[in-house]
Amino acid sequence: MARAEIPGRLSGRRLGWQAARLTEVREETPTARTLVFQMPDWPGHLPGQHVDVRLTAEDGYSTQRSYSLAAPADGDRIELTVQDVPGGEVSPYLTEVLEVGDEVEIRGPVGGWFVWRPTGTAPVLLVAGGSGLVPLMAMIRARRTAGSRTPFRLLYSVREPAQRLYAEELRRPMPGLDVTYLYTRTAPDGWSRPPGRLGVADLNTYGWPAQFEPDCFVCGPTGFVETAADILVALGHDPRRIKTERFGPTGG
Amino acid sequence: MGIISRGFHGRSRDGDVKLPPGQYLTHDFPVLSAGPTPRVPLERWEFTVTTEAGQVHRWSWQDILALPSVTPTVDLHCVTKWSKLGTNWQGVSLDVLLADVETAADYALVHSYGGYTTNLPLEDLLDGQAWIAYRYDGEDLMPEHGGPARLLVPHLYLWKSAKWVRGIQLLLEDEPGFWETAGYHNYGDPWREQRYQGD
Repeated sequence: MARAEIPGRLSGRRLGWQAARLTEVREETPTARTLVFQMPDWPGHLPGQHVDVRLTAEDGYSTQRSYSLAAPADGDRIELTVQDVPGGEVSPYLTEVLEVGDEVEIRGPVGGWFVWRPTGTAPVLLVAGGSGLVPLMAMIRARRTAGSRTPFRLLYSVREPAQRLYAEELRRPMPGLDVTYLYTRTAPDGWSRPPGRLGVADLNTYGWPAQFEPDCFVCGPTGFVETAADILVALGHDPRRIKTERFGPTGG
Repeated sequence: MGIISRGFHGRSRDGDVKLPPGQYLTHDFPVLSAGPTPRVPLERWEFTVTTEAGQVHRWSWQDILALPSVTPTVDLHCVTKWSKLGTNWQGVSLDVLLADVETAADYALVHSYGGYTTNLPLEDLLDGQAWIAYRYDGEDLMPEHGGPARLLVPHLYLWKSAKWVRGIQLLLEDEPGFWETAGYHNYGDPWREQRYQGD
């Protein structure tokens, strides 16, 4: 569980690099895996926040990328779900090379805007494109951990059933959470919605009416986020209640 | 030097290109923003400079286009780690816009359509370091990249280059903006890797 002081802002505390030891790996899809790291000292975090990961080669070359935290902290243990970006510099290392017992450097948590606070009572609309589900899943898990009854709806756009993250966990009923899958390329047999990109009808049918004033969190590739946020504004949602986070193809 | 990551080699070292610490080179133009992209009709667009005494200087879209423009070629460094080199812009230097503004202010708070804000010292906007940019790569600036016009202040991390810029408020005291109150560094010099508070 997160400790008493959860930083929504990061004020005062310096975000130093910590040696994070990989303690567990879970295969999520053929191209994504969840990495559980033991941190020396973790202050807790809010769902939606991310960390920076730094890799260093033997010749001293180093590079950094940001990854969303996938779940509330468990003491000093944190979880990231990393989608392999073909040709990427960092994600193939994290998904294919890194083994339990290895160390990387991590600092965080970062980001005080794209966060859901478990004390929140407004309905929540989560709109995920591909691996953009990761920080939204952290919100779903934090809701469950906190015993919150805030109603959640998740619209999850994904290429095909095999690409679904956390499919097993999302299949289990969670009272107050509605999950809608939007397949873009291949839908399961008998699926009523033909495969296709997120559209007005999807958000109108499976989202919340604007007059419920939900907090909207949209995360995915840039084009997906632009489309979803534009539709939400067009459907009457207050732009100030729409928070966005983008996963670019260069995030790899 | 950090902990060596066993079996990590990294990409080619990007030749002779020198990047700020922790940055990697991209040839795309990724998008980063915190909410929906505001759409600002040009006939309603305006840019203002407001002094600490409350005096407001105002430019319409036509006014901005009528001012002498320059075409800076600059490197962009985003706090999310990507850098893009040699980008071509067209816009009006802040030196031009601030030339007739009477102020004793040391700080600026930049406001955008959509409500975004960011702060920086006024001197970082002067001496050929900052522009109100309205064209990118020879084309009108796309809304997702901040069009119709954005602030361009490339010697700081890109979040300081406020998209959809609406005005600059001149202040005697520093006032942190949107990301600056959400844990990001108050100044944001990429060469000193000032990403987060305390860096």
